[in-house]
Amino acid sequence: MSSQSVLYDVPGPRARRRNALLTVVFLAALAAMVWWVVQSLADKNQLEWVKWQPFFTDSRSWSTYLLPGLENTLIAAALAMVIALPLGALFGIARLSDHWWMRGTAGLVVEFFRAIPVLILMLFANAAYSEFTDISPDSRPLYAVVTGLVLYNASVLAEIVRAGILSLPRGQTDAAKAIGMRKNQVMRHVLLPQSITSMLPAIVSQLVVIVKDTALGGALLGFSELLASVRPMSANYGANTIASFTVVAVVFVVLNFALTSFASWLEGRLRRGKRTTGAVVGADAVDQLATPGEHVGRDELDE
Amino acid sequence: MFDFLKGYDLLAAFWVTVQLTFYSAVGSLIWGTVLAAMRVSPVPLMRAFGTAYVNVVRNIPLTVVIVFTSLGLFQTLGVTLGADDFTTINFRLAVLGLTAYTSSFVCEALRSGINTVPVGQTEAARAIGLNFPQVLRLIVLPQAFRSVVGPLASVLIALTKNTTVAAAIGVAEAAALMRVMIENEAQLILISAIFAFGFICLTLPSGLLLGWVSKKVSVRR
Repeated sequence: MSSQSVLYDVPGPRARRRNALLTVVFLAALAAMVWWVVQSLADKNQLEWVKWQPFFTDSRSWSTYLLPGLENTLIAAALAMVIALPLGALFGIARLSDHWWMRGTAGLVVEFFRAIPVLILMLFANAAYSEFTDISPDSRPLYAVVTGLVLYNASVLAEIVRAGILSLPRGQTDAAKAIGMRKNQVMRHVLLPQSITSMLPAIVSQLVVIVKDTALGGALLGFSELLASVRPMSANYGANTIASFTVVAVVFVVLNFALTSFASWLEGRLRRGKRTTGAVVGADAVDQLATPGEHVGRDELDE
Repeated sequence: MFDFLKGYDLLAAFWVTVQLTFYSAVGSLIWGTVLAAMRVSPVPLMRAFGTAYVNVVRNIPLTVVIVFTSLGLFQTLGVTLGADDFTTINFRLAVLGLTAYTSSFVCEALRSGINTVPVGQTEAARAIGLNFPQVLRLIVLPQAFRSVVGPLASVLIALTKNTTVAAAIGVAEAAALMRVMIENEAQLILISAIFAFGFICLTLPSGLLLGWVSKKVSVRR
C-alpha cells in the first residue's frame, strides 16, 4: 500500500513491540464490541436458528422473496443505465459544443438535475405518472424509479462523458483536423470511440450508485425490489428482522463489490494499456462529477 | 397561486434537512477521520478493520442502512439513543445511519488526500531528520488537507441530498413534506419546483463556493 510507505519507515524492534501492543488493545476492544452486539441480539432472541434457518435450508425464501426482489432491482438499474447513457452522451457532447446556447442549455439542465436529490425526482415522477398518464398502479413504481434514476444519472453521465472526451490527448483532435475531418467527424470517428473506453470504469462505478438508489423505490414508492422483501420475510419467518436485513445487505454488498472490483480492474488495465492513449476517467472521479458546480477540467485530468 | 402553501411549514422542513446534514456531517467527519487513521496505521489488524468497514458500508444502499436503524435497531432491538418521543428517536436514528454511511466516504476522501502527497516529500523530511509526528504534522497533513477540500465538499453535498432518505423512517424533513403535499394538493408541478429550488439553494452555492476554495488551496504539482 502506497499510503504506508509515505507515512513511516519499515518498523524497527521498538515500533514492532508498540504495534503488537496496539494490536492486542484493538483486538480486545473489537471483541468487547462484538460480544456486546451478540448479547443484545441474543437478548431479543434474534440469534435463534429458527430465524436464520429459512435462508439456508429453505429454497423458498430465495425463490419467493429474495430473487424476485433482486430481479426487480437489476431490471430497474439496467433500464436506468441503458436509457441514461445515450441521454448523458448527448448532453455531455452538447456541453462541449462550439455554440454558446447549446453549451448553456445543456449546462443548465445538467446542473439542475445534479443539484436535486434523486428521491425528489422519483416522488415527482411517481405523482406525474399517476396524474397525467394511465400507467397501471402496479407498474407505476418501476416507471417512477427508472424515470428518477434516468433524470439524475443522465446528468452525472453527461459529466462523465465530458470528462472522458476531455481526458483524451489534444493531439487526437489536432491530427483528425489535420487530415481534414469536420467537427462532427472528429467527434464521431475519433473522440467518442476512444473516450468510451476511457470512461468505462466511471460508468461501471456509476452503476453501483444506480443499484443502490433503486432501494429508495422499495422504501418510499412501493417498488418490490430487494429491500422491500424484508417486511414480508420477517412477517413470514417469525419476526426475523435482523436476519432478513443481514441477508439483503449481504446480497447488495456482494453485487456492488463485484461491480466495484470490476471497475478498478478495468481502470488498472486501461492505465497500463499499450493500445490506448492511457487516458482514463477513474472510478473515484464519479463522486466529484456528481457534485453540482464541480467540473473536472483538462488540467486536472492530465496528472 | 400560492394559496395552497398555507398550513405547510416549508422552512421548518428544510430546517430539519439542514439539521440532519449538520449533525451527520460532524459525526461522519469524526468517525471518518478515525477510520482513515486506522486505514493508514502501521497495525495490520486496524488496517483490515478500516478496509472491511469501508468496503461493506459503501456497498450497502443508504436506504437499507436508514430503514435498518428504524426496523432493526429501534423496533427489534429497542435502541432509542436516549430519546423518549418518536420524532426525536427517528431523527437520532437517521443521524446515526447517515453518519455510519457517510463516514466511509469521508474516510476514502481523507485517505486519497494522504496518498496524493508524493513519497519524495516524506523521504526528504526523514532525510533531514524529522521523526514520524513531525513528518505527519509539518509535511504530510498540511498538504493532504489542501487536496482533501474538494472531495470532502463533494461528500458534504452528497450528504445534503442523502438526508432525503430519512423520509423513509418518518423524519419530517423536506422530502417527507413534499410527499404529503403532493398527496393533498393538486399542484404537482409547482410543489416539485419549490422543493427542487430549495435543494438547489442548499447544494449549488456550497458546491460552487467549496469548488472555488479547493482550487484556491490546492497544491500545484
